[in-house]
Amino acid sequence: MALLRVTSPHAHGPMSTPRVMQNVLLATVPGIVVLTHFFGFGTLVNLLWACLVALVCEAAALKLRRRPIGFYLKDCSALVTATLLAIALPPYSPWWLIAVGIACAILLAKHLYGGLGYNPFNPAMAGYVILLISFPLQMTAWTPPRGLGQTPGLVEALQACFWPSSYDGVTMATPLDLMKQNSSLLVADLWAQTPQFGRWAGLGWEWVNLAFLAGGAWLLYLRVFSWHAPLAMLASLGLFAAVFYDGGSSASGGSPLFHLLSGATMFGAFFIVTDPVTSAVSVRGRLVYGAMIGALVYIIRVRGNYPDAVAFAVLIMNFAAPLIDNYTQPRTYGRRRDGSEQ
Amino acid sequence: MRKIFDFHGGIHPQENKHQSLQTPIRDAGIPPELVLPLGQHIGAPASPIVEVGQRVLKGQMIAEPLGFVSVPVHAPTSGTVSAIEDRQIAHPSGLQAPCIVIASDGRDEWAPLTTAADYRQLAREELLARIRNAGIAGMGGAGFPSAVKLSTRPGSQVNTLIINGTECEPYITADDVLMREQPGRIVAGARILQHLLAPGETLIGIEDNKPEAIAALRAAAQGTEIEVVVFPTKYPSGGEKQLIEILTGKQVPSGGLPLDIGVICQNVGSVVAIHDAIVEGRPLISRVTTVTGEAIAEPGNFTVLLGTPMQYLLARAGYRAEQNRRLIMGGPMMGFTVPDANVPIVKTTNCLLAPGHGELPAPSPAQACIRCGMCAQACPVSLLPQQLFWFAQGKEFEKLESHQLFDCIECGACSWVCPSNIPLVQYYRASKAEVLQLRRDHERSDQSRMRFEARQARLEREEAEKTAKRAARKQAAQQRAQAAAAGGSGDEDPIQAAIDRAKAKKAAQQAGGAQHDASEQEKLEKAVVTTRQRLETASSKLAQAQAEGSDLVTALQTGVDKTRAKLAAAEKALQEFQQAGPALTAGDAAGDPAAAAIARAMAARQADAAMAPADKARNQLQGLEQRLEKTRDRLASSQANGDEQKIIEALAMTVTRLEEKVSAAREQLKNPGDA
Ligand code: SF4
Ligand code: SF4
Repeated sequence: MALLRVTSPHAHGPMSTPRVMQNVLLATVPGIVVLTHFFGFGTLVNLLWACLVALVCEAAALKLRRRPIGFYLKDCSALVTATLLAIALPPYSPWWLIAVGIACAILLAKHLYGGLGYNPFNPAMAGYVILLISFPLQMTAWTPPRGLGQTPGLVEALQACFWPSSYDGVTMATPLDLMKQNSSLLVADLWAQTPQFGRWAGLGWEWVNLAFLAGGAWLLYLRVFSWHAPLAMLASLGLFAAVFYDGGSSASGGSPLFHLLSGATMFGAFFIVTDPVTSAVSVRGRLVYGAMIGALVYIIRVRGNYPDAVAFAVLIMNFAAPLIDNYTQPRTYGRRRDGSEQ
Repeated sequence: MRKIFDFHGGIHPQENKHQSLQTPIRDAGIPPELVLPLGQHIGAPASPIVEVGQRVLKGQMIAEPLGFVSVPVHAPTSGTVSAIEDRQIAHPSGLQAPCIVIASDGRDEWAPLTTAADYRQLAREELLARIRNAGIAGMGGAGFPSAVKLSTRPGSQVNTLIINGTECEPYITADDVLMREQPGRIVAGARILQHLLAPGETLIGIEDNKPEAIAALRAAAQGTEIEVVVFPTKYPSGGEKQLIEILTGKQVPSGGLPLDIGVICQNVGSVVAIHDAIVEGRPLISRVTTVTGEAIAEPGNFTVLLGTPMQYLLARAGYRAEQNRRLIMGGPMMGFTVPDANVPIVKTTNCLLAPGHGELPAPSPAQACIRCGMCAQACPVSLLPQQLFWFAQGKEFEKLESHQLFDCIECGACSWVCPSNIPLVQYYRASKAEVLQLRRDHERSDQSRMRFEARQARLEREEAEKTAKRAARKQAAQQRAQAAAAGGSGDEDPIQAAIDRAKAKKAAQQAGGAQHDASEQEKLEKAVVTTRQRLETASSKLAQAQAEGSDLVTALQTGVDKTRAKLAAAEKALQEFQQAGPALTAGDAAGDPAAAAIARAMAARQADAAMAPADKARNQLQGLEQRLEKTRDRLASSQANGDEQKIIEALAMTVTRLEEKVSAAREQLKNPGDA
């Protein structure tokens, strides 16, 4: 038997792309559980329907592009996109909203650019922003968290999704909306007078954020990604909030803790900003990338017209990532910073 | 405690070293046939100095180094040279290369050895010469001639001498067992190097996964100034640059040498070889090689003669061929697969890895790069492998270079971590080759452009000179005419004076001139004879072809016509020479040496034109060779005198040009037909 000729290295480490994706999926479980606890089954229905649509879209795109469908479906990247978008959407979204979002994410943001690894924009966030611009009403309809109203059951959740005309849910402004709209009350008074606020941030939201933080910490521990981008984002968001806290006056943008535990902060920091494909590549580049997202999130939250800002901030920085890469090439062994020989 | 440093990146692959550490070093014995490649090192291959059929003794030099960066090859045992031919060798390209094949006689008879009772008495140059003559080249895997590495420029200071006992590649334990079993020889070898280099400090670097080796070396180094430094295990800490960073915190400048920062590195295997060469006079004829992998029944380390076919060594360790599809020389990270198990063990063969079926499985097909950055985190050189991969795919060569592709040490760490199983290193190797090829093409076109421009300039210069000369001559003639018109009013009659001068010279030179003419005439006559002979053969061939109705007739006909023309030219030249000869010698002009020279040159040119092409080429060759020799001498002397760099370069260029011409002339001599 002739000996095989293959090139080195002949050994391979334990990591594989499907494993990475599966770990990311697993890490979303605590967040999803807490979301479901506070907002009912809407998130779960979102999730299942999104995954189904995503698999169909992915398979169709692969077929059109004449790629082996089974092989690429196994990388689980479509499921990750679906999960992230489903979490970001308001619970009890109608089926068509979810389907349009997923289709945009998978077909436009991903496959139109050449598939996994070639997409310049985070597909889930691209899908989210397209929906937000096209259907602002549906995209801002958040049900009140448990404790502030009736939490719909599973049947109502299915009804809301697949027969939306028959569902008439209650919605309520989110804590971020309230904070932005406030112009007359001191922060402490706003807290005391509005039931939507909890211990540190929005009622329920603070726990959702902590749950995503836990999932993210687990991924960090597994070294699925490095700490640089998420921590830089959280640090700069916290810093901006601290600088503009203004002692809790009526013009305050909210405390650092409020911003860190509100809206999509932790979900964004550990599940969106860490998306490797669309972020900067080097360590320094990721620090810059994360910090800029943190800053943008704060600015858009406080000054912008949209309730949450993570999606916009991420997309803007996706644009800038190649530029950041260009200026943050690491210093190669035995060379100067600018790459010249010593 | 000495401060140790960390280097960027690195990985922790499964070590798999215990399998081959169960037994002490075994002797592989003498195989019936040894195959010794002439190029087992980096640099020019050695050149054989034995003949087929010659009996050689163990340790006898059988091929000598060719150039400075080269080392000799020695017979690993006594026997007879059975062939000097191309054989398949262990090389990633899978190509054949020239080898000396020795049929061993089993007597293992040593050649006489030169030992040194006290190496401290030997001059530096002598020590280096002995290291070089012992054929020692880096045994850690690279194979760079040790003597070259140790030849420091005068005035350069070695701060740190590093003995590399890291052996970070999985599976390999050859250095480990050497350190465990022969720490004394390593320390003694290190002391020879200390004597040679006078370093500020001497360190032996070992990873902390080799406690036995560390203990053994620490014990052996007691009382010396050699320090054993232990650092955490991480691949590739054994890479020279990485080890230097770990031990000194300094980085070797890109494109530079460790010596630029005052460091010299030697692998422990090389140090033992240096010890043996200096103290015992034994050249490098064997090495320790690890044989391991699941397809090996009794893995372990062997002392094996260089040139031993891998098959023979594998059999000693219980090779189960049916379980093995890939045979790797070196480790799993940087080793390469050999084309078949009969290739010989060479100076750089530190390991034979024969993985079983389930072992080191081929990775599943590559998926898309998700730009996770794990490769960048693992790269010990701080490159961005994912970007390099991107540019390699797009063949963006400029980007590849600006991202320092050529600083990649091909350690494989990036491929190892890549979750998408992308064979990154393979892309880099291919890209490097492509970039190098491009650079070569570029250089070549530059060179031919320069050559063209130089030729153009020369032609213009010559033209200008000619015009100037013509003008000068015209002027001189005018002056002479004026002088003649003015009438000869000198003290003596110029014509009479010229006649007297000519007579005197004629008397003195006549004998020599005649002799010279005779040889010139001989040459011309010979030319006529050879051309006539060639014409005859050509004509007979033509007749034959015509008789056979061959389609070569026209070609032969032209050949015959040409030769006939040449013959006519040669005869005419001879005739002219014979007529001109007496006239020249008899006339007044013969007295003028310039005229004589012109006549000689003219005759030579005529003879040249008439000469058979082969003769012409031979003449040319001779002239060229003489010029080459002269220029070489001048080059050597100006190098010795330390002349200006420009002069040396110019001379060196002339030498290469002449060398080219000489070889072209030789080539032409070989095929005189197409003159
Ligand atoms: S490790 Fe592989 S998948 Fe990750 S960035 Fe590097 S090349 Fe891409
Ligand atoms: S093979 Fe090259 S690019 Fe990859 S880790 Fe090693 S040095 Fe870096």
